[in-house]
Amino acid sequence: MQYDASGQGRHSIMSHRSFVWFCLLPLAVVTAAFFLLPMARLVVVGAEGPQGMAGYLAILTEPRYRATLINTVVLSAATTIVTLVVATIAGMFLQRHRFLGRTVLIAMLTFPLAFPGVVVGFMIILLAGRQGLIGDLSGRMFGEKIVFAYSIYGLFLGYLYFSIPRVILTIMAAVQKLDAGLEEAARSLGAGPWAVQRDVVLPALGPAFVASGAIAFATAMGAFGTAFTLATNIDVLPMLIYTEFTLAANFATSAALSIGLGVITWAILALARSFSGGAVAAAG
Amino acid sequence: MRDRLIFSGQLVFTLGVAAFLVVPAVLSISAGVTVNYFRGISSGVTLQWVFQVWDLYADTILLSFLIAFAALAVTLLIGVPAAYALHTHGGRLSRIVEEVITLPIAIPGLAIALALLLTYGGFRSFRGSWLFIVAGHVIFTMPFMVRSVMAVFATVDVRTLDEGAASLGASPARRFLDVIVPNATPGILAGALMVITLSLGEFNLTWMLHTPLTKTLPIGLADSYASMRLEVASAYTLIFFIMIIPLLIAMQIFADRGQGR
Repeated sequence: MQYDASGQGRHSIMSHRSFVWFCLLPLAVVTAAFFLLPMARLVVVGAEGPQGMAGYLAILTEPRYRATLINTVVLSAATTIVTLVVATIAGMFLQRHRFLGRTVLIAMLTFPLAFPGVVVGFMIILLAGRQGLIGDLSGRMFGEKIVFAYSIYGLFLGYLYFSIPRVILTIMAAVQKLDAGLEEAARSLGAGPWAVQRDVVLPALGPAFVASGAIAFATAMGAFGTAFTLATNIDVLPMLIYTEFTLAANFATSAALSIGLGVITWAILALARSFSGGAVAAAG
Repeated sequence: MRDRLIFSGQLVFTLGVAAFLVVPAVLSISAGVTVNYFRGISSGVTLQWVFQVWDLYADTILLSFLIAFAALAVTLLIGVPAAYALHTHGGRLSRIVEEVITLPIAIPGLAIALALLLTYGGFRSFRGSWLFIVAGHVIFTMPFMVRSVMAVFATVDVRTLDEGAASLGASPARRFLDVIVPNATPGILAGALMVITLSLGEFNLTWMLHTPLTKTLPIGLADSYASMRLEVASAYTLIFFIMIIPLLIAMQIFADRGQGR
């Protein structure tokens, strides 16, 4: 009897363990087949160009690619900084005050979260394109149509458009968790409102800045849809990869460039995560 | 007095940011139902553009839903058991697996699409079918499903429930279906909403993976932005908004309920 029970017990433990492995198996197969294997292939193809492994350095050594990389990094960095400033002012305000219409305002600030890059591009065309609002208003007021949707400024505006909603949510959550007692204490010790912001509030929001800033930066680096819709003469890395692949059929270069881009975005996010401890992920 | 000034300044600033985000969307909605956008709304209100979009692009809308639900089916069938296994097994292996399946969020879709093309581009019938796009969407949305379900497992004491059912003699598979899955429902629903929303709006991967016969909604949108008159492009965008906004509201309700718990 005793023997039977323990035998049965061991049997069920064994089958439970194999059941857990069985649960994991389909994911392992799908991930290996449609992600790991293709990524390995991408790495191999990247080294199959005329320059071999040196193809991976072309992103830094080839002047045209390097200029595009610098363009993309500067644009993404500018987007990140402006987004952080805008989102901090608005997010702090929305979290600290209760007023009529606050929920509606929050909804308005976050609903573009699910817009694909192409739709964001179209939003910028409606604002600053040939038939856009800004051109229309400036035409009526100054007799000259201001159109900048298809320039680097239009692209910058588009990147702001999809970054602000993401960052605002993170900042609002971080402000909510701030210890109001610390600000109280600083104030009672005689610190003015600016000093409280500078010495107490902003440092406490540091991890949120790092986490959401990294997401904004990585998303901007990899953004393709917006640049694609606004098209014309804008050289950013994803557009370069796309044109090398489809128009020039330059598989090795586009593979090497996209590995380079992937390593940059992944490293930024990993760095931010080790810095701020929380889960950091880009989307879109 | 000073506080009032700061308050008003911040309010105006925040309203300005909201206007930047909302005004173009409103312009797009109004352009989609205006007879002639160039002459303004006074030229009349019409649904002709919406109907024209339906005539031209109905297949892209249907295909998008097909792909989204196929991706959902796969992420459910594979992701939910995997989340259970990762939670139960724990340890370093689980962390590594979680890390690997989350990589597609950190790597631009363009790179993943290129990788898929270079690997499977030669398999003509697979490359030309909508299932090729589903494969990309599954890789991209899987981490959201797995994490969403794992987040629920972290708050529910799965092990005790599992052991309780085991002591009553239920087999592992029975326990999974009758005990684990019902307890994971909030995470499964939140993950499902996320998968559908992301799949419907996915462009970066899909643009590379699609063929002229497998165009999804965002591909059709890009197409209309490049080649159609503004009213048609706007009407198409309007249809996209109508599809996506209920999903966003549902996600918001979920998030609020999650906070309330």
